[in-house]
Amino acid sequence: MQQADRQIATMEAQIALPRENGELIFQAPWEARAFGLAVALNQQDLYECREFSAELAATIATADQNNDPANYYTRWIASLEELIITKGLLSREQLDAKTAEYAAGIDNEHEH
Amino acid sequence: MNNSRESVHTETDAALRTRALESLLVEKGLLTTDIIDEVVQKYEQDVGPLNGAKVVARAWSDPNYKRRLLANGTAAIAELGFGDAHGSKIVVLENTASVHHVVVCTLCSCYPWSVLGLPPSWYKSYAYRSRVVREPRVVLREFDLELSDSVEIRVWDSNSDLRYMVLPERPANTEDHSEKQLVSLVTRDSMIGVAKIEAPAK
Repeated sequence: MQQADRQIATMEAQIALPRENGELIFQAPWEARAFGLAVALNQQDLYECREFSAELAATIATADQNNDPANYYTRWIASLEELIITKGLLSREQLDAKTAEYAAGIDNEHEH
Repeated sequence: MNNSRESVHTETDAALRTRALESLLVEKGLLTTDIIDEVVQKYEQDVGPLNGAKVVARAWSDPNYKRRLLANGTAAIAELGFGDAHGSKIVVLENTASVHHVVVCTLCSCYPWSVLGLPPSWYKSYAYRSRVVREPRVVLREFDLELSDSVEIRVWDSNSDLRYMVLPERPANTEDHSEKQLVSLVTRDSMIGVAKIEAPAK
């Protein structure tokens, strides 16, 4: 946790976390979850902070190049997925399948 | 095969993918929901200027605590259960009607995050770091803090072993405030020294 604290406090420029009056700000609950997942995985020593920072910087660079308006935590979660897949913790197929399952759930909810 | 960098576009996608990621990681036993909850809670509540505000409110309410705080910031802050796990010392500087302290880290962005949370982006900007030392009065004016010429301004340069925190002046109209009420008045900027605390309306 301490290493993560330090890393978060020094994430600057494009990869700096959105904040308000010094506090991290989350626009929606999922953003806080996405943040918590990344920090918790680091805490469990499943990857190093700088690996995630590098991944996030790459995502942001790509998105900016493509004029992709996706918000900060959308880019965050895309980066986290890439890192998790690269590390072999989960496969892309598993993630896609699970996401599709939840998406179908939402569609059903909308039909009611 | 899609790359996540290019396939996650909308926030709905991102929210779903976050949920999927969490549930798969938990299923696989790599994380537990409790661990994630704990992290989120810590960042939402525990680390933030709130810890510093509690220190300030205690110092305003308890003269003995204030004395200890100014004599040994690290120890007095630890009394309230806060502290810097990296072992850097915290020195607390008292702002008064005649002396105004302001904190900077000219080299990088050393900051007493255990009491003040994450540093604001301007604190890390080259402009602030270079100018506040040279022309503090002008910089403070840009923060809407106008100090009379009779007030002495002292600029303190933090480093990795020594972090500074400002004890702001207690505002007027707060004689009847409880310690808890006082906490809510204290702002992050006042503990860096780039703002004063406004007196609440009577």
